[in-house]
Amino acid sequence: MSHVRDQPATGVLDDLDLYRRIYRQMLLIRGFEDLVQSLFLAGEVYGTTHLYSGQEAIATGVASVLEERDRVAATYRGHGHALALGVDPQKLLDEMLGRTSGVNGGRAGSMNVNSPDDRLIGSFGIVGGSIAAATGAALALGRTTGGVAVAYFGDGAMNQGYVFECLNFSQVFKLPLVLVCENNGYGEYTPYRSVTAGEICARVEVMGVPAETIDGMSVWTVRESAERAVAHARAGDGPVFVEALTYRFVGHSRSDPGAYRPDGELDRWRARDPIVVLRAQLEAEGVDAADLDEAEREMSVQLEQMRERGLAAPFPAELTAREFKD
Amino acid sequence: MPAIAFRTAIRDALDDELAADERVILFGEDVAVAGGVFATTTGLYDKYGPERVFDTPISELALAGAAFGSAVHGLRPVIEIMFGDFLTLAMDSLVNQSTKYWFLTQEQISVPLVIRSVVGAGGRFGAIHSQMPASWFMGVPGLKIVAPSTPADASALLKAAIRDDNPVLFFEHKRLYGLEGEVNGAAGRLGEAVVVREGRDITLVTAMKSVHDGLEAADELQAEGMSVEVIDLRTLRPLDLDTVVASVRKTNRIVVVEEGPLTGGWAGEVLASVVEHALGDLDDAWRIATPDTPIPYSPPLEDAFLPGPGRIAREIRARAR
Ligand SMILES: Cc1ncc(C[n+]2csc(CCOP(=O)(O)OP(=O)(O)O)c2C)c(N)n1
Ligand SMILES: [Mg+2]
Repeated sequence: MSHVRDQPATGVLDDLDLYRRIYRQMLLIRGFEDLVQSLFLAGEVYGTTHLYSGQEAIATGVASVLEERDRVAATYRGHGHALALGVDPQKLLDEMLGRTSGVNGGRAGSMNVNSPDDRLIGSFGIVGGSIAAATGAALALGRTTGGVAVAYFGDGAMNQGYVFECLNFSQVFKLPLVLVCENNGYGEYTPYRSVTAGEICARVEVMGVPAETIDGMSVWTVRESAERAVAHARAGDGPVFVEALTYRFVGHSRSDPGAYRPDGELDRWRARDPIVVLRAQLEAEGVDAADLDEAEREMSVQLEQMRERGLAAPFPAELTAREFKD
Repeated sequence: MPAIAFRTAIRDALDDELAADERVILFGEDVAVAGGVFATTTGLYDKYGPERVFDTPISELALAGAAFGSAVHGLRPVIEIMFGDFLTLAMDSLVNQSTKYWFLTQEQISVPLVIRSVVGAGGRFGAIHSQMPASWFMGVPGLKIVAPSTPADASALLKAAIRDDNPVLFFEHKRLYGLEGEVNGAAGRLGEAVVVREGRDITLVTAMKSVHDGLEAADELQAEGMSVEVIDLRTLRPLDLDTVVASVRKTNRIVVVEEGPLTGGWAGEVLASVVEHALGDLDDAWRIATPDTPIPYSPPLEDAFLPGPGRIAREIRARAR
C-alpha cells in the first residue's frame, strides 16, 4: 500500500486533462451518494441502499482504462460502478426514486441496476454473484469481440463458493477476466479479518492467477494496476486479480448502527479520502485550485437539478411484464 | 401479559431455547456481535458467548453444511440465512444431505436443525431480497416449513421447531417484525392450522403477512353481509388438511391466498387436496397469488404485485356473490 504523502510528488499524473475528468467523475459519485442518502432520509428512496462513498477511486480508475467492447459486473454497492461507466446519473437517480424514467423503469431499484448499453451487465444482489456474471461474459467476449469482463466484489465475497469456482474456471480456460476485490475491511458489521482465513491474494495465487494488493484510495494507482490487469486479460493470458484496499465512509446500508468501527478508524481513512488525495495531487501538478472549486460548484448545481427533475418524474402506472420473450 | 413485537418474540424464543438446552447453538452472518441485521438476536452473544452464538463468513453453503454435520453429531443448530433469497446457496446441503439422512440411515439418525430466514415482499427491497421461497422447498420430503403470522405463533412455533428432531425451515416475514402481540412462552405444535376468524360463506386459507390482509378483507366484506372464515396454516409442510377440509364442508367455497408465484405454489397444493377430499362440497375454488414474474422495486408496482386486502376483497366479492 502506498503511503499518504505530506507533499505530493509531481509528474505522477500522466495526463492532467484525463485526471481533471476523473476528478469530476469522483465528485459526481460522491455527490450522487449524498443525494441518494438525503432522498432516502426524506422517504423518496425506498427499501435499502448501499453507498459507495470513500471507494470512488476504484470504479473510476478501472473504468478509465476500459474500452467500448469491455463489460462490467457490479455489486449491490453499485452506483459508483454504474456512474463511472457513464450511466446517465439522472436515470440512475430516477431508478432509486422508483420512477418510469429510471434506468430500469423502476423495476430494479438500487441493488439490481443494469445498463447493457453502458457496458454494465448488472448489479448483483447476491454476494459473489457478480463474479459468475463476469466469468460468463468473459467466456463470450473472448470468443467474439476481444473484450474483457470486470467483476467488482467485496472482501466478504471471498468466502463464497462463487469466487473459487469461477477463479478456477476462468484460469483453466484462460478467460479475459479482471477480478476487482474492493476490500473495505468489513462485510456488513463484521471485520473481514475475523471471518477470513489467510491473505486474500494468497488464495488466488495458488491457482496461478496473478494478484496484487493496491491502495484503493489513490485513483492513479488503481488506474495503473487496472491497465496492467486488462492488458494481461486481453492478451489471452487469463484472469487477473486486484485487491484494492479501501474504506466506506458511510454505514453498510441505511440501517447500520456503525458500532463496530474502532475509535479513530473512520477519521484515519477520511484523511485518505480519494477525492482529497487526487485534488492535492492535481494542485501539486499545477492545476488551478479555482478551476477545481468551479467543478465542485457546477456539480452541486447539476445534482440539485437532478433532484428536482427526479422528484417531478412520474411513477409507473402499472407493471406490464411478460414472463417470457415470445 | 405484555404485548411484544414479532422480532422480540423470535429473540426471546431463541433465548429460552439456548437456556434450556445446551446442545442448541446459533450461528449466521452478523447474528452475534451485531445482534442480527433485523435485530432478532440482540444480546444473545453477550449472554451465551462465542461457543454457542457466533458470526460466520458469508458462506451460506458452509452454514447449511455445518448445521447438518453438527446436527447429526449431537448438537441442535439454529442458523440464520439473512434473506430467504439466499437459501438457494444453502439449498444443496439442506436438500441433498439434511432431508435425506433420516431415510438413508434407516431411520437411525435424525437431523434436528432449524434454518431461520427472512422472507417476503412489500419492503421495497427489489427482485432479489423479497422473494417467498416456500414453493422452492414444498416438494422436498423430510422437510418441515413453518410460516407464522403473529408474535405468539412466532414464539411457540420457533420453540417447537428447535425441539423438533427434523430439519425445519422457519420463515419470518419482514413486514411482520414490528407487529405486536401477547406471547405466553409455551412451545406450540408444528403442522396445525388455526381458524383465526369464523365464517359461513367462504373459507380463506393463507399464511404469514397475508393472514392480516385476509382478515382486513374479511372485515370489509362483513360490512357488506358476507361472512369469511379465515384459516392461518402456520405450517406449510406438513399441511393441516383436516382443518381446511372441515371448513370447506361448512362454507362450500375456498380461496387460497399465497404471497408467491401462482405457478407451482402451495396454494395449488391446498386446492388439489381439497378437491381430492371434498369435491362434492365445493361450489368454487381458486387462488390469489402473485404474478409469474420477478418482484418489482417501484412502490406502486410492488403494491399492485402483492395480493393485498383490496384485491382479496374484490375477488371474493366478484366470485362469491
Ligand atoms: C449470498 C449473500 N449473503 C448475504 C448477503 C447480505 N449481505 C449484503 S452485503 C453483505 C456484506 C458484503 O460484504 P463485502 O463483500 O465485503 O462487500 P461490501 O458490502 O463491504 O462492499 C452481506 C452479508 C447477500 N447479499 N448475499
Ligand atoms: Mg467489505
